[in-house]
Amino acid sequence: MMAVYALYGVAVLLALAPIAVILAASPRATGIVYGASLVVTLMQGVIALMSLIDQPTSTATLPLGLPWLGAHFRIDALAAFFLVVVNLGGAAASLYALGYGRHEESPQRVLPFYPAYLAAMNLVVMADDAFSFLVAWEFMSLTSWAQVIAHHRDSENVRAGYVYLLMASFGTLALLLGFGLLAGSDGNYVFAAMRASHPSAALAALVLILAVVGAGSKAGVVPLHAWLPLAHPAAPTQVSALMSGVMTKVAVYGFVRIVFDLLGPPDWWWSMVVLGIGGITAVMGVLYALMQHDLKRLLAYHTVENIGIIYIGLGLALAFKAYGLAWAAALALTAALFHVFNHSVFKSLLFFGAGSVLNATGERDMEHLGGLIHRMPQTAFVFLVGCVAISALPPLNGFASEWLTFQAILLSPQLPSWGLKFLVPAVGALLALSAALAAACFVKAFGVSFLGRARTPAAAEAQETDGYSLAAMYVLAALCLIAGVLPGLFIDALAPVAQALIGETMPHQSGLAWLTIVPIAESRSSYNGLLVFVFVVLSGSVAAFAIHRLASDRLRRAPAWDCGYPDPSPATQYTASSFAQPIRRVYGTTVFHAREIGEMPPPGSTAPARLTVDLRDLIWEALYAPIAGFIGIATDRLNILQFLTIRRYLTLVFAALVLLLLVLAI
Amino acid sequence: MSFVRDYAFQGAQMLLVLLLSPLLTGFVRKVKARLLRRQGPPLLQPYRDLIRLMRKDVVLAESASWLFRVIPYLVFAGTWVAASLVPTFRGGLLFSWSADLIAIIALIGSARFFLALAGLDVGTSFGGIGSSREVMIASLAEPAMLMIVFTLALVAGSTQLSIIAAYMLSSQVGLRVSLGLALLALVMVAIAENTRIPIDNPATHLELTMVHEVMVLEYSGRHLALIDLSSELKLLLYVSLIGCLFTPWGIAGPDAGPAAIAIGVASYVGKLAAGATLLAVFETAIAKMRVFRVPAFLGAALMLGLLATLLLFVSGSL
Repeated sequence: MMAVYALYGVAVLLALAPIAVILAASPRATGIVYGASLVVTLMQGVIALMSLIDQPTSTATLPLGLPWLGAHFRIDALAAFFLVVVNLGGAAASLYALGYGRHEESPQRVLPFYPAYLAAMNLVVMADDAFSFLVAWEFMSLTSWAQVIAHHRDSENVRAGYVYLLMASFGTLALLLGFGLLAGSDGNYVFAAMRASHPSAALAALVLILAVVGAGSKAGVVPLHAWLPLAHPAAPTQVSALMSGVMTKVAVYGFVRIVFDLLGPPDWWWSMVVLGIGGITAVMGVLYALMQHDLKRLLAYHTVENIGIIYIGLGLALAFKAYGLAWAAALALTAALFHVFNHSVFKSLLFFGAGSVLNATGERDMEHLGGLIHRMPQTAFVFLVGCVAISALPPLNGFASEWLTFQAILLSPQLPSWGLKFLVPAVGALLALSAALAAACFVKAFGVSFLGRARTPAAAEAQETDGYSLAAMYVLAALCLIAGVLPGLFIDALAPVAQALIGETMPHQSGLAWLTIVPIAESRSSYNGLLVFVFVVLSGSVAAFAIHRLASDRLRRAPAWDCGYPDPSPATQYTASSFAQPIRRVYGTTVFHAREIGEMPPPGSTAPARLTVDLRDLIWEALYAPIAGFIGIATDRLNILQFLTIRRYLTLVFAALVLLLLVLAI
Repeated sequence: MSFVRDYAFQGAQMLLVLLLSPLLTGFVRKVKARLLRRQGPPLLQPYRDLIRLMRKDVVLAESASWLFRVIPYLVFAGTWVAASLVPTFRGGLLFSWSADLIAIIALIGSARFFLALAGLDVGTSFGGIGSSREVMIASLAEPAMLMIVFTLALVAGSTQLSIIAAYMLSSQVGLRVSLGLALLALVMVAIAENTRIPIDNPATHLELTMVHEVMVLEYSGRHLALIDLSSELKLLLYVSLIGCLFTPWGIAGPDAGPAAIAIGVASYVGKLAAGATLLAVFETAIAKMRVFRVPAFLGAALMLGLLATLLLFVSGSL
């Protein structure tokens, strides 16, 4: 029954799209479309949450799509969890857009696609046959693409849209082939049939690779991430947040659905592939992010990093599952899915913050910001909460899920395979490295944008953002704290998913004293975010109270000290590039072949000295540039076909016909 | 009854680390001065400094934000809570299960995150240089520390500090290559984390080579007192950590009598003194390295930690 209700919700969202087209000229359109989207996504979220908790699997079949197949939809535990993520993100984005969307210059380019995009993501998660899945998947790509190029006068956005469209089509092609293999020669496109038939080892391996490529290109795993940092920042902010926070999770859903559910029992080496990709993605994502000074692009690269962390968890779950260590697999899978939820919350929050800054100053470049904490104190506060959460610092939620992932890594010496014995510690080191680098990156992002002194007049005159945007950000910030201090609730909510995919769950958490989480046994490890939070708040307050009462509470304002040489020019502050310089020197020289080129004018010349930094994107150069070059050359060669005479065309047509007939005959 | 006793011991531990930490710093300074044939400041000088600073007015930069005023309390609270969770003289702390070793490391990481933000808040070039170097050092020190935690957790089968310490005290441990590597790496990380020579020089000011001191340059009065106290707590935390992990002798059990507690306190003070002396000797004997040599130093620590973990993955008995 739940599936039917959820489909009604999707229908309402789809109906909103033509309404938005009709209303587009009216100034009320923004409020109506986003308001309706907010209500529908909230209801969808409630339906999903009820299905997750009560866990009845509900199905629905519509007479659409392929005539002999129909469109099958189903909400099981896994789908319900991802529906919660999708609709929570959707509701937050809609609430945010109620305020933010009013500043949109051309709302008619965004409004019709926005509810359709939400509907598409809902449909992907609910789809129960390959045909509906792929149609919904492609619909999701196209509606988001339309919003990426909403501001099409900016040539960068058009290029981003082009690269995105290419990569999305490529990903869908891989998924199409994968589902084709899963369906077998009989064409069993319904997921239930795929689940029942176990493909041979070679075929399963091929499907795994196609799933890694197909879902991975949408999720943004390295090296298929190239489109993500171009496309995500180009869209309007609420859509950026949805693409980064939610759509990448829908891609993770696709991967989990195929690999954990449809493909049957895993081989041990599958986990090697997923773990390797996860580790590299995590570190490369954060290193790319550190080199950015565009706030939204930095956040997009962090999505790449977090997808890596999620894939590490999924890889561990696959490894444990392959060797029959079901309880450990349940822990790793729960960690990965908990991180899915957490990332969708804090990444949406951070994008909203970046959007508010963009609105207030017209700037995405951090080098033109600074001092915003004075002008936008509330945005600064919630953005800071997001920064702490994504940097995996206690007591917020990012730490809770990474802590679980570390606990899963510590169980892996039990794996018998030698390949995994060497790979898992290395992946653990990469995970630790990415967590530390993420903290560095968010010190940069927050410090350069919000702290210090304003670098431009626009930043100096920024105004606090509107109430709707703030409300959306406060809700997400509160969720970061709740998921951080009460992770047990979320672990328990994920139990049905683990039960369905692994056949085992983590120990029940909510009955434990003081709401501690104990993933395996109390003698092994436990963590209590609530108590840590209370301790830190208490000891900080006690210290503040004692010092103010017993010692001194006086305060004077004076010019900055700066070792006696304060310079009033804001240009003397550290910029994003100068902040990242030590890290660029340590890591960038190998990863990006980073070079600093200093130009000193000759003595006596009054020309300014210049320092330019040269970074190379080696992945682009090694993978994408050759393919683009090859396509360029091939199309040049084929170009002659465009200018043939009519006789030659007729000859070609005849030859093709003969060839086809020959093929048929043989 | 035992519940009350547990609370009392947890409270005692919190006070003990708070009260002992300035003394530890004073002791290191004294030993260093004596090694240089100087008289050195009195042992209790750090306490006097703290009290003096707390009584002074705060002189706040005009461009400082509210965050700048909150950060000293956050940093202090995070470090204090972390230090209170490391077993010192008595194992089985009441709240030790609320944060395992990974969480303790992450708490220290939170404190550093905020301190680095404070460096950027006023908008001066000195603060920026400190913060950017601090996060570069942390980006290597933290993974190295986590690798050490992995090693210990794999040896003891737990990430709970009390349980690791109890395991280290038992006869099951024996001599292990991995623990040797982990100890070496931990010492290197501890030196870097506490910004000691050869990474940084806590005694200098106005020098472009330093990290921590420029980051907190704009702080004054009670804020500076709290930051100094946090640094002292952090030094104590690392010495206690090395003490309880690698020299766990003397730590009283959860149900020890007064005599065992007395031995525990005495041995803890002895360990602190030994650690401080070793640190002073090491710092006196070695020169500070250039900032861009630090990654090699910490990279070595990271590799040692990774090697120790790998050894344990290959064979549980190494």
